[in-house]
Amino acid sequence: MPEASTEARPEPKRQLPLLEPETAFFWTGGANGQLLIQQCAACGTYQHPPLPRCRACHSADVAPVAVSGRGRIATYTVNREAWLPGLKVPFVYAAVELEEQSQLYVFANILGLVEAVRIGLAVTVTFEQHEDVWLPMFEIHDDR
Amino acid sequence: MTGNAHAEKQVCITGAGQSEVGRPSSKSALQLTVDACMTAITAAGLTPRDIDGITTFPGRSGDTGGFSPVGSTEAMLALGMEPTWIGASTEGHAHLGAVISAVQAIASGMCRHVLVFRTVTQAQARLRSRSSTLLGKAGQPSRVEGANQWSVPFNAISPTNMYALYAQAYFDKYGATSQQLGAIAVNARAMASKNPNAIYRKPLTLDDYMASRVISTPLRLYDCDTHIDGSTAILLSHRDAARDLKLPPIHIEAMGMAIGGLGYGLHEGDFTSLPATRAGDMLWSHTDLTPKDVDVAQIYDGFSILTLLWLEAMQLCRPGEAAAFVEGGARIGLGGELPLNTSGGQLSAGRFHGYGHTYEACLQLWGQGGERQVEGAKVCAVANGGYGYGALLLRTD
Repeated sequence: MPEASTEARPEPKRQLPLLEPETAFFWTGGANGQLLIQQCAACGTYQHPPLPRCRACHSADVAPVAVSGRGRIATYTVNREAWLPGLKVPFVYAAVELEEQSQLYVFANILGLVEAVRIGLAVTVTFEQHEDVWLPMFEIHDDR
Repeated sequence: MTGNAHAEKQVCITGAGQSEVGRPSSKSALQLTVDACMTAITAAGLTPRDIDGITTFPGRSGDTGGFSPVGSTEAMLALGMEPTWIGASTEGHAHLGAVISAVQAIASGMCRHVLVFRTVTQAQARLRSRSSTLLGKAGQPSRVEGANQWSVPFNAISPTNMYALYAQAYFDKYGATSQQLGAIAVNARAMASKNPNAIYRKPLTLDDYMASRVISTPLRLYDCDTHIDGSTAILLSHRDAARDLKLPPIHIEAMGMAIGGLGYGLHEGDFTSLPATRAGDMLWSHTDLTPKDVDVAQIYDGFSILTLLWLEAMQLCRPGEAAAFVEGGARIGLGGELPLNTSGGQLSAGRFHGYGHTYEACLQLWGQGGERQVEGAKVCAVANGGYGYGALLLRTD
């Protein structure tokens, strides 16, 4: 698709998640600037997406806790196809491995320069509010 | 052979058929289905009334863009069958889930023959709606729930985005390149040029591949399969009932299955392998044959990266070595050590959605591969799936 044609149209609205009992905390934690991830009080394991019980020990004692919001890019893709008229491309979609636990992944966009994105880079969460949803996004972490 | 303890040892493939391929086809979904099913049944020397079981994947699903427009009941009625067993599941080990449940039905004595079919009319549906994304009806601003909520709000609305994550991680960990991955697409097209029922038969070079537009890095246009209209049918029979039929029985030497959290937001590992690895482990634990015995392989290629990951899951390559194995295409071409996706696969023959791979395996083992026949093929590996995983090891006597 010619890139020029994507500029002229209004950007399509993001399709937002339905806020459901098990997931609403994750999508609204950003209201307080917090990335909330479910943790098992019995064995300490974090899990995402949230589920009714701990997948590791099957305890029902699972609850959202605020995590650091820091992680690293486990893998990513630069989407270049405008799947919808007006969709702004390119953009980055990534799996971020949170620093709290190995292979604890959150999927999100990486903001900033597309060319800068690499596997292994440190990232920090930020939030983008759309209606009653705070989408977690990640920025490449600047240590300086 | 490792005893007869496993259900699949009781079951043979005794017929196979495929409708015309179209983009779009002028035939209805039910007509395509009946064409494929009658071909499979008559190839075995049977009539529809002889068939006492039927199933499909994933079962009729209404307004989903031609993903599964015909259910078992409709096919049964159209074929004038009176089956005692009908498969019920819409979930399972992806495409081969229906084959696996058919094997169980036959091995447990519920029926002697099962017709397994898969019909897609995604090309006809695309004429009505342009959507090829996870959104369904394009761009409707309703809320997303379930598994898709972990990708769609971030505009990752194509399955391409998900498998691109795997491709990038694989490239990064093993130093694989686009030129290596491109060999899958180039090989598929070369094979398709020898398959009269393939949708894309014009030659494709590696330069064409490298010049094709990037969809979602590192995946390009030719890394993605293509929607078609068509139907495939596979006839399974108890081995005792298979003896007197027209075609030499194809034995299901082993099968394997697995499922994981991919597609549900729960990913296992570091994105460089699939839970399909467990399906491969199971398959090889059911047989005395080894990966060295495989003469030809039909490995899922909804996206080219899946073929690399499946080659490793099936132990046809060691972890991290599939990209180098396919590089240049000589090893996977006709006359190579492992001819791969000899129909052209889904990348070039069209998205018959898994069933094209099993169908092609049957043609090869019956020596019906025409210009693309692999000389002396006796053992064929089949692997299907990107979310759920099923694998077959098929052999002739």
